[in-house]
Amino acid sequence: MTTTLAEQDDFEAKRHSRLLKAIYVYEAPLRLWHWINALAVTVLAVTGYLIGTPLPGIGGEASAHYMMGWLRVLHFSFAWIFAFGFVGRIYWAFVGNRHARQIFLLPITSAKWWGEVWHEMKWYLFITREPYKYVGHNPMAQLMMFLFFTIGAVYMICTGCALYGEALGIDSWAYQSFSWVFTAVGGNSLQVHNWHRMGLWVTIIFVMLHVYAAFREDIMSRQSLISTMVSGWRMFKD
Amino acid sequence: MIETFYDVLRRQGITRRSFLKFCSLTATSLGLGAAAAPQIAHALETRPRTPVLWLHGLECTCCSESFIRSAHPLTKDVVLSMLSLDYDDTLMAAAGHQAEAALDEIRTRYKGNYILAVEGNPPLNEDGMFAIQGGRPFLEKLRETAADCKAIISWGSCASWGCVQAAYPNPTRATPVHKVITDKPIIKVPGCPPIAEVMTAVVTYMLTFDRIPELDRQGRPKMFYGQRIHDKCYRRAHFDAGQFAEEFDDDGAKKGYCLYKLGCKGPTSYNACSTVRWNGGVSFPIQSGHGCIGCSEDGFWDKGGFYERVTDIKQFGIESTADKVGGYAAAAVGVGIAAHAAATALARARNKTGIDAKIGKDHHEHA
Repeated sequence: MTTTLAEQDDFEAKRHSRLLKAIYVYEAPLRLWHWINALAVTVLAVTGYLIGTPLPGIGGEASAHYMMGWLRVLHFSFAWIFAFGFVGRIYWAFVGNRHARQIFLLPITSAKWWGEVWHEMKWYLFITREPYKYVGHNPMAQLMMFLFFTIGAVYMICTGCALYGEALGIDSWAYQSFSWVFTAVGGNSLQVHNWHRMGLWVTIIFVMLHVYAAFREDIMSRQSLISTMVSGWRMFKD
Repeated sequence: MIETFYDVLRRQGITRRSFLKFCSLTATSLGLGAAAAPQIAHALETRPRTPVLWLHGLECTCCSESFIRSAHPLTKDVVLSMLSLDYDDTLMAAAGHQAEAALDEIRTRYKGNYILAVEGNPPLNEDGMFAIQGGRPFLEKLRETAADCKAIISWGSCASWGCVQAAYPNPTRATPVHKVITDKPIIKVPGCPPIAEVMTAVVTYMLTFDRIPELDRQGRPKMFYGQRIHDKCYRRAHFDAGQFAEEFDDDGAKKGYCLYKLGCKGPTSYNACSTVRWNGGVSFPIQSGHGCIGCSEDGFWDKGGFYERVTDIKQFGIESTADKVGGYAAAAVGVGIAAHAAATALARARNKTGIDAKIGKDHHEHA
């Protein structure tokens, strides 16, 4: 008697399932936020880069084009999506599961936590053969997310709102609420443009590291990474 | 009998008709509308004249040069009539002891009632020895005169921010007025120099209404410094369209395209150049084909090149822009990631990682 291919697969899967453990970690709103945010950051980075250093000029009638206009409209629109997304993400930290709080709260007083940050560092430096398994972010990832993303997002929202306020006018809510940013850099808003642009490069570097780490860990570590941010389920491989 | 501005003007041979024209013009330039003209006239006819003392510190006198070129001669006449009678060491007829005597007289006679206009700033190093007037440091003169004044007008970027003499490394420690005099209301009228009509309008407003105009976050009159050059620039349409001059002699420059990519600081400079313009409304830098250098902004000498859009960030060394620092950092991280990925692949090929060993063992067991 021969078994069907499906039966063979089923058998194979059952045999394997003894090794696999899965846990639901990232809830739907959080995953949705992550991917909307990824889109927003991409659009913001590209349009932002081009606002600071525009493409070669276009000829013809000025009334026939709106290149910088569209770039700015896109930048501002996605900045709203990013900013409201961030507010929503903070809300979710309160109502979501405990993993939703990881990027906002670091257990910096815990020696154990710092020890595991160090352990994760050693894994990246090829000193340790095997990383620990975590349901949420590993301690080093958590630290990086906090420093680069959480702090970075607040920084970009504040400097961005200040610059947006310049465009809206000095009586606008944005200028009234965020002009302290100009004071903080010494009064000349040109510096805020430069520092906001520095934030762009920090974001680019964060995205490079984030994507690399996600792919590498997905392949190399003992748990799933990329599919987790799609389905919400963390798979342990051993 | 108290002397009013109107009395002074009539004494100087200005007709009532000219006087009323001046009032209308001032009302318009202050953005107050036609209804304010009679109010201004009434105030000038009835209020006692407020004297203005005009001091010169460490400066180049470009503010005075601008001021005396006010586009509307009447404005100039009126304000000079208000001013020259009192004290301005550059413009007044008196000199030497007579001049200093005039200063002392105003200070004592109009105690707490005169306006102090300061052009330039005091250098603080070496006890103020870098600016000596009448045998003593300007710093002393400023402190003395400021003690009894009603309000201070800081003329130009020197008095407002420090300007070129306060640029790095600022050897004389030139210091803007508001950092030396901290107990008086200060109106900053920055620019290198400020626009003549802006200067005359600010003085007229204060003398007419006996109050300080509404100021912005940094102490500048909102009516002239409330918008950026960029907001009212006649080349803004080219900016929005994405039409830029790439070089000063290219086709775009000839066609009058936006100077943003040539480092125009219009988007970060608060001033009235693109509306009031210069030399009687003839032109302003952008109209003449050169980008704004942001001369009315705080520390504009030390904020990088005039011809770059993304300018230097001092914290990373003099010649470093966000793009240079960021670009190199991103490239370094990219190389690092590539090297790390290669090392990872190698380690994996040698079956050196824990997960590979485990899965390998597992496959072996179940195979």
